Amino acid sequence: MTTATTPLGAPSLRPIDIVRRLLAPLAGVVGILAIWWAIGFLVEEDGPANLLAGLYDTIGLDGQAEAIRERGIPTLTSKLILAVVALGVGVGGIWAVYIGANAVVERLGDTLKRRVLPWVFVGPALLLLSVYLVFPSVSTVATSLTEDGGAAENFGFVLTDPDMLVALRNNALWLVLATGGSVAIGLVIATLVDRVKREALAKTFIFLPLAISMVGAAVIWRFVYAWAPPGQPQIGLANAVWTSAGNDPVAWLQVPTLNTFALILIMVWLQTGFAMVVLSAAIKGVPTEVIEAARIDGARESQVFFRVIVPMIKGSIITVGTTIAIAVLKVFDIVFVTTGGRFESDVIANLMFTEFFRFRNFGHASALAVILFLAVVPLMVINVRNLRRQGIGS
Amino acid sequence: MKVRRTWAWLAILALVLAACANEGGGGSEEPSEADESEPAAESQPAESADAGEQSFLERAEAGEFEGTTVDILAQWVEAEADNFEGNFADFEERTGIDINYEGVTDYTTVLNVRVEGGDAPDIAQIAQPGLMRSLQADGHLVNLSEFMDVDQLREDYIESFIDLASVDGDLYGLYYKADLKSIVWYPNAAFEEAGYEIPETWDDLLALMDQIKADGGTPWCITQEHGEATGWVTTDWVEDVLLRTAPLETYDAWVAHEIPFDDPAVVNAANIVGEIFFGEGNVYGGPTAINATFVGDAQNPMFAEGGPDCWLHKQAAWIPSFWPADESTDPPTPLYEPGVDSSFFYLPPIDEEYGRPVLGGGDMLVMFDDRPEVRAVMEFFATPEAAEYWTQAGGFVSPNKDVPDDWYTTYPSSGLAEILAGADALRFDASDTMPAEVGAGTFWSGMVDWIANNGASTEEVLAEIEASWP
Repeated sequence: MTTATTPLGAPSLRPIDIVRRLLAPLAGVVGILAIWWAIGFLVEEDGPANLLAGLYDTIGLDGQAEAIRERGIPTLTSKLILAVVALGVGVGGIWAVYIGANAVVERLGDTLKRRVLPWVFVGPALLLLSVYLVFPSVSTVATSLTEDGGAAENFGFVLTDPDMLVALRNNALWLVLATGGSVAIGLVIATLVDRVKREALAKTFIFLPLAISMVGAAVIWRFVYAWAPPGQPQIGLANAVWTSAGNDPVAWLQVPTLNTFALILIMVWLQTGFAMVVLSAAIKGVPTEVIEAARIDGARESQVFFRVIVPMIKGSIITVGTTIAIAVLKVFDIVFVTTGGRFESDVIANLMFTEFFRFRNFGHASALAVILFLAVVPLMVINVRNLRRQGIGS
Repeated sequence: MKVRRTWAWLAILALVLAACANEGGGGSEEPSEADESEPAAESQPAESADAGEQSFLERAEAGEFEGTTVDILAQWVEAEADNFEGNFADFEERTGIDINYEGVTDYTTVLNVRVEGGDAPDIAQIAQPGLMRSLQADGHLVNLSEFMDVDQLREDYIESFIDLASVDGDLYGLYYKADLKSIVWYPNAAFEEAGYEIPETWDDLLALMDQIKADGGTPWCITQEHGEATGWVTTDWVEDVLLRTAPLETYDAWVAHEIPFDDPAVVNAANIVGEIFFGEGNVYGGPTAINATFVGDAQNPMFAEGGPDCWLHKQAAWIPSFWPADESTDPPTPLYEPGVDSSFFYLPPIDEEYGRPVLGGGDMLVMFDDRPEVRAVMEFFATPEAAEYWTQAGGFVSPNKDVPDDWYTTYPSSGLAEILAGADALRFDASDTMPAEVGAGTFWSGMVDWIANNGASTEEVLAEIEASWP
């Protein structure tokens, strides 16, 4: 890419021009070498220690270097060095490679350049996408059709096994309730908050859970749903409230179907903030003249909301709904952390994990992945179409 | 001319850079070394077939493999990791082999990912013979019979452990740590004070339960919430009772699925377990507590301030590490000592005809990469020395009979060794031996559902598990 061509035709070049012209390709060469070195460095276990020792050697601190070679360095230091090198060489190296590649392409004829240049810049991304996304997807589909008992067995199992049917039912519950709940509550809050004085503060509180990871949220809610025998102090918030009203404590996470609703509530708690923020922005985009006109025409507030505001922000509602729906379909962390799929609370993604890692049934797991993929595709299509209609996507 | 010279400079610069890269990263050395050892390892089996030749362990002791590294992956972390590393510290010192130990609690997941990703450790610990068999079927494991003397191992080891680790007569796993599940913990001081006696028969046990209830107490601490593994406590109970109410042949046939999973003998065993689990006032917190409380917290009520809230807890000998501790120190300071504050007795026999069987579990070591130094380490783990440190620290029982009795000085090791010596038969945890879809799947979830329904429709639950057998 960088060294093969030397199309320096003009005889009247001064040395300084040659250097200048070579600088950019040189950067590319340096970039490639740097990345090559960095990969070697990253896979090497004692890489950071060796680097530090080498540095000490260069500046003459032989004793220090010797000590490091013998005893190694603390893990934290080692990781920090790794991070710095990865960041520096990764960003700098790739930048240099692009500069170099660009410089080389610049030399090509105009037509050729116009054709080649986009690929130079998009190429690496395309390559990575194929390696990490396209290839695994194809391979998963192939596995689901060939491994274990072949396509009929794998998909037959997925569509008839009693545990699978429970998971499919639960996923349907999740899809409807978690998505519907998040969007509906988000929309209501966005509308109400629009008329509140300290709007930003109120929104912040609703939005905060979104900053918590799914696993973190699940751990928090495990405590909320904790159960202790009747008569013992209830450390779980839900049971503390429930028993103070004179009821017996309920094992929220262990009672079939009730536990699925309890888990869906966690998702709603997490996603409402996202729905609220997007819809709030959309509501603010509704021209006040339109709303005023509706009021002057005698529309009640509920009519203004359902007949004017909602239709006008329909695009945003679809976007938010499909985005949340995709996240909900793929839900795994919450179930894995709280019930592990026991007590009839399993979902497709968790079953996939169990089949793959616990039972080593790669065919079953891949078939589940394919089903999940097929379920997500229509939502993606709706989402992209909607974005196009709004002129956001191209 | 000038142009050409510039390119020459460039080439030199590139070379210098490349040289620096190698020096700085130390990069290329290790991979190439590994590459070389690969073909060497492949040619080994032919060599080692000669009987007169030195074993790999002897060659290691002679220092032949100095400077090599062997990676081990297992589930032991924290104190257990220290004990495990104590077992081979001297060996590392003597031979110069660096054993790189990595402890991961969720090791089945990590192991599967690494094996499928082509990055298997050299040696890994496995608790389920079922997992070992599926790894072997996929061609990942090294056949230990190729270099270890299996006849000798049969003499040195409790024989059923060798059979469990074999596939078609070839040995693929080396049992390293044994675990006894047929033990019941009780609070020593309170027990004595209340005038209770250790039950010798099942009737004694039932009488003791009645006595505890008559005194206003709750006999059993039973909990089993353990995430996706919830259910295994009950499967242990059913297996223990089955061993006490049916011939060993029935148990073996059940595990191998030569008789249906819901054989009348199993239904009978489940019913006996059900009498304890679902009997009024038998279990602290009732059946809900069994599914809803973390398995490691089961025995906490036994140490309650006003005297034990429950008196009996059937669990293997690792449970003391989950007892209440002073968490303000690092590591937490144990508040109760096994053998002093709480000891265990053998879960009594039910039918004299079937003697005193013991339900056990255990961890085997399997080998993924066939290199001479890895063979040496595997051979080392078959020696009594590889159990010395942990045995004496307590909590370790070796399936190797050559481990001297006087190493078992610390409770609970000493108590376990005693029970093992008085046992008529040892059988391995059935749920670990069955295919994972049942043993780590429907058997667990079936028992969870059974308890959630207060023991209703025992036969139906067992029939469903039977239907799920792959």
